[in-house]
Amino acid sequence: MLLNIKDLHVSIDGKEILRGLNLGVNEGEIHAIMGPNGTGKSTLAAAITGRDGYEITKGTIEYKGKIINDMEPDERANLGIFLSFQYPVEIPGVSMTNFIRTAVNSQREYRGEEPLTASAFLKKLDEKKKLVEIHSKLTNRSVNEGFSGGEKKKNEIFQMAMLEPNLAILDETDSGLDIDALKVVAKGVNALSSPENGFVIITHYQRLLDYIIPDFVHVIYDGRIVKSGGKGLALELEERGYDWIKEQFDN
Amino acid sequence: MLNKTENILQEHLLEYYKVNKNLLNESMLESVGNLRDEAFEYLKNNNLPTNKDEKWRSTNLEHLYSQTPGLDYKPTEYKKSLEEIFICEVHGFEAKRFSMLNGWYYSPENEKLKVFENGLIVGSIIEAQKQYPDLFNEHFNSVADYKTHGLTASNAALFKDGLFVYVPDNVVVEDTIQLIKMINKEDNMFINSRNLIILGKNSELSFLHCDDSINHSPSLLNTVTEFVVSENAHLRINKLQNLNDSTTLINSTFIKQHKNSSTKVNVITYNGGLIRNELFVDLVGEGADADLNGVYLMDKKQHIDNQVFVNHAVPNCTSSELFKGVLDDKASGVFNGYIFVARDAQHTMAFQQNNNILMSSDAKIDTQPFLEIYADDVKCSHGATVGQLDTEALFYMKQRGISHDDALLLLMFAFTAEVTSKINIEALRLSIEDMIKKRLRGELSICEKCVLHCSVPEYPMEFDIDMSKI
Repeated sequence: MLLNIKDLHVSIDGKEILRGLNLGVNEGEIHAIMGPNGTGKSTLAAAITGRDGYEITKGTIEYKGKIINDMEPDERANLGIFLSFQYPVEIPGVSMTNFIRTAVNSQREYRGEEPLTASAFLKKLDEKKKLVEIHSKLTNRSVNEGFSGGEKKKNEIFQMAMLEPNLAILDETDSGLDIDALKVVAKGVNALSSPENGFVIITHYQRLLDYIIPDFVHVIYDGRIVKSGGKGLALELEERGYDWIKEQFDN
Repeated sequence: MLNKTENILQEHLLEYYKVNKNLLNESMLESVGNLRDEAFEYLKNNNLPTNKDEKWRSTNLEHLYSQTPGLDYKPTEYKKSLEEIFICEVHGFEAKRFSMLNGWYYSPENEKLKVFENGLIVGSIIEAQKQYPDLFNEHFNSVADYKTHGLTASNAALFKDGLFVYVPDNVVVEDTIQLIKMINKEDNMFINSRNLIILGKNSELSFLHCDDSINHSPSLLNTVTEFVVSENAHLRINKLQNLNDSTTLINSTFIKQHKNSSTKVNVITYNGGLIRNELFVDLVGEGADADLNGVYLMDKKQHIDNQVFVNHAVPNCTSSELFKGVLDDKASGVFNGYIFVARDAQHTMAFQQNNNILMSSDAKIDTQPFLEIYADDVKCSHGATVGQLDTEALFYMKQRGISHDDALLLLMFAFTAEVTSKINIEALRLSIEDMIKKRLRGELSICEKCVLHCSVPEYPMEFDIDMSKI
């Protein structure tokens, strides 16, 4: 199993947000995580990637057979875990190309590979830019600085394409995107999708799932997965909203 | 507080002057002797700066005042060329290099003053006042004020040598004039040096001023530099400071700008025990522009103090200041930006910004903007920030696989790049930025320049790539 989360409890500032979450993702699977706001969707992404301030009080996150609860974020990334941020961070003064090259070569070094040569890097850069339809030069642009909302999200998918992770978590990547940008995101995910790679797609709406067909849909409520199903569940949620889940669970 | 009788250094300076006055004035013009006497009188009646002085509140020199450093230093009798004793870190651009060793103009060929085809004169200030007394007298001491404090007075009274540069009217100096000041004495010395740089009308000069140590001995360097920037002249100054941890540098730069002239200053402080940069810019001709910038990277127990004073004496002048620093360990810093706008100086535009990153809870910075404005139709602003590196950005980078240390480096480098990006000679900018990267990685030390190369670590520079082709 690629990702195996067992009885995960996560607290922020002593407040418990995840309260016994279980989730298993096999290679080749696309999982959608849905649910009302404030139920722990983004906390799950933060816990898997090792963000500071998210304390695992109980349970385990196992990735490729290793428990990663206490692993540094960069090491998790080097093992192939990628997060497309809900709010990509602007980093003035650090150019996109410099940033992405440092990241690519850090990961290669971790795997014991030689750094990409400048020409190989540029070639790859061009390929992946085309994939996500980024037409602008990246040389003089600082990471995410002055990017529109849609550009920022496309840039996340571009980075994913460059880094070729085994497990990609997309945290609300669809929020605020128009239909064209949504298609670009979907295209990027579908291009990376393979029998070796798994996806966890966190979304509030069903819309993205018209373009990325999930194998499984899970509903998080109150810090746990309370319902799982196939792609039909997403359509049902779209139609009926979340209230019936809440009612079912609260009773 | 120290009173005068407790200030051993000050007594030492006064005593030295009394005994060696004739020696100091040997082959010097009368004007120099007169200035020395005046400055000596000032020093007799005024203390060397202490924390009691408002402008020295956060920079403490008192540990120096119990010392009697050597003043009686002689020119070093070296026959070696500059390259044999010092390897310059910045290269790849066209430069004419001149050097000072232990406070004396240093020329292995004993060529004290050089006159170029276009009339450019560069050499020892002692030789210049001998050969060009009129030119010298017209400008010497016309910009600096020895009464600024006890150390500027001490400089006027005791200076021995320095660099002289004269760019005639309408001459554009293509190559950068680089001054490399090196200290390699084993014993504790107090070196007063004095530079005079004159730009004629419609002239242009790029001046690179490097202060370097080539050993670990302590010294006290007290430099005064005067720049005269005539009408429609354009001056670029880059100052690089890479001194050992036991050296104190007091660097007072006085610039007078005439009509429609421009000056761009970048002060890059890589290392040094205690460094105080004083920058006085006098805008006396309309349409003058001063762009003053600095980067400082301090750690251990180092101390940096940048004092910038801009005097908008006439209308329609512009000035801007951007000073950025990273302080780690127990390092401390001071930024004092003073903008004065005279009553008649309408349409002044003056901006000032100081940003600091503190990498440890023991590092500290005292930043104080000060605007004194007597005109009513002006645009002035100031701002200061003190903070830590952005933790969101750090996590973002680490999530991409970049190690914590590399992420810190990239962020710190990006922080300083806002200043270095203003350096308009590409090769020089790249050299300076490389040195910043080395410094941030902890690789830049004065050892690296030593020809012995005892320990030159080789590190891969992972994030260096020429991206200009993308």
